[in-house]
Amino acid sequence: MTAIEARFRGTLGRFSFDVAFDAPMRGVTALFGPSGCGKTTILRCLAGLHRAEDGRLAIDGMVWQDGRRFVAPHRRAIGYVFQEASLFAHLSVAGNLDYGRRRRRAAIGATDRDEVVGLLGLEALLDRVPGSLSGGERQRVAIGRALLSGPEVLLMDEPLAALDRASKAEILPYLERLNESLAIPTIYVSHDMAEVERLADRMVLMESGRVRAAGPLAELVADPLLPFAKTPDAAVVIAGTIEAYDPHYMLTTVAAPGGKLVVPGHIGETGTERRLRIVASDVALCHAPAPAGTSILNALPTRIVAAEPVGEFRMNVFMRLGHGPDGAHLIGRITRKSWDVLGLAVGDEAVALVKSVALTD
Amino acid sequence: MWESVLLTLKLATVTTVILLVVGTPIAWWLARSKSWWKEAIGTVVALPLVLPPTVLGFYLLLMLSPKSPLGSAASSLFGHPLPFSFAGLVVGSVLYSLPFAVQPIRNAFEAIGERPLEVAATLRASPLDAFLTIALPLARPGLLTGAVLGFAHTVGEFGVVLMIGGNIPGETKVLSIAIYDYVETLQWREAHVLAAGMLVFSFLVILAMTVIDKRMRRRLG
Repeated sequence: MTAIEARFRGTLGRFSFDVAFDAPMRGVTALFGPSGCGKTTILRCLAGLHRAEDGRLAIDGMVWQDGRRFVAPHRRAIGYVFQEASLFAHLSVAGNLDYGRRRRRAAIGATDRDEVVGLLGLEALLDRVPGSLSGGERQRVAIGRALLSGPEVLLMDEPLAALDRASKAEILPYLERLNESLAIPTIYVSHDMAEVERLADRMVLMESGRVRAAGPLAELVADPLLPFAKTPDAAVVIAGTIEAYDPHYMLTTVAAPGGKLVVPGHIGETGTERRLRIVASDVALCHAPAPAGTSILNALPTRIVAAEPVGEFRMNVFMRLGHGPDGAHLIGRITRKSWDVLGLAVGDEAVALVKSVALTD
Repeated sequence: MWESVLLTLKLATVTTVILLVVGTPIAWWLARSKSWWKEAIGTVVALPLVLPPTVLGFYLLLMLSPKSPLGSAASSLFGHPLPFSFAGLVVGSVLYSLPFAVQPIRNAFEAIGERPLEVAATLRASPLDAFLTIALPLARPGLLTGAVLGFAHTVGEFGVVLMIGGNIPGETKVLSIAIYDYVETLQWREAHVLAAGMLVFSFLVILAMTVIDKRMRRRLG
């Protein structure tokens, strides 16, 4: 399948970067890392706003940078959402939305204005001027403006970072809806793990101008060698399909690779996808088979794939759901003593006792 | 008397139009260029701010005289020598008022910053397109200030006009020269009318500029 192929090497001031990654032409790929690691620079290289001294960029077969070839930003079919909305102050909301729409090439991007206006809830704002909008409203307009320019790729540079908590909560559902209804591949720069867990399918983990790891989000957060699993609030992300709802106990059953999880509440329609989050410290272990007398609803058969000490007295036990090789990742955080008492080893079957499962939002 | 008022308005209008056409690209370049010698060009543009008008007039007189290469070229272009003509006055006024028009426009362009133009580029606008549809409208307060200052400054000029224009009624005898003339010939009443008129005009210009500027900034803020 054709994809986004990016490789950039260069310097910006005293900062040097050397980055290479691929991303598929669908879904959300997060460029994740601490502030100052070069995420924004890479995003600007993708847009052509910054020209890396050396690099290659091909998107869906079109080469935008290679050797001396460099396509100017206005000739690239990208949509860019900056950290600050950066609306044109002299144009109304409608004028801002139409700016890119009028200039796009007709053949690409069938995204229709009414659809985008509806998706982002902009109907009531069209005649307003940017100065009169709230921060969240402005960013919604900026996202709509980028979408209407008919992008083949959407580049988002921490679009929520400059917003307060309430505005963030207001925009996140819109971003999720976009991913579901418009099939535009998105590169999403962020240093906020909660945002990434909620929105991204894949992740490129950056560290001081280099790529530390890249791959599906669910694999990276459960990788024993990466820092995520070692944090106090380590968690795994599991995508599953809603299978059934029990109205009497108000519990939803979600089918995930290798097992079924029970989640409290009615979390969606049967057949839809949901993303679940399980915190490592909410997962305990015991020997198979699953114990009979327990209040824990989610007692899941797993296979242990790795075990690593965390700090002085705890262990991370890395598991795959079910007994096959493709089960969802799970991390259990137990004491070192418990691990020794259990006498389990890598490769063994065990039962994960999951105390709580939450949606990523 | 009214002849010099009309001539002054005509000179100031023509000069302002030329100032905007010439000054805007210069201001854009000064605001955006990263070349090391841009400040040298900026200084040349700013020279009339400190140079005595008579000095500027003196050099212009030499440069525009039919004996100089530039002057003879200009003479054959206009069909007459530039010194002591309306066209000569326009050339002098444009150079003399250039910093007053360029500085506010340059400041306005610099205040816009890189971001709106980057946004325009990501929305498929070519650099020229972005200049016309984003930079110019956003710089409106600066363009207005530049135009008004250029116009007002041209209305009030004296030294340069005296050096290269002289005192030809209907051709080069502008307001400030007329006032000087009336005082010299002890025609106090006429001098009073023109001087008081200039006073009121200057007051209104600055007041109008402040009000319009405030209103525009509120709209763009």
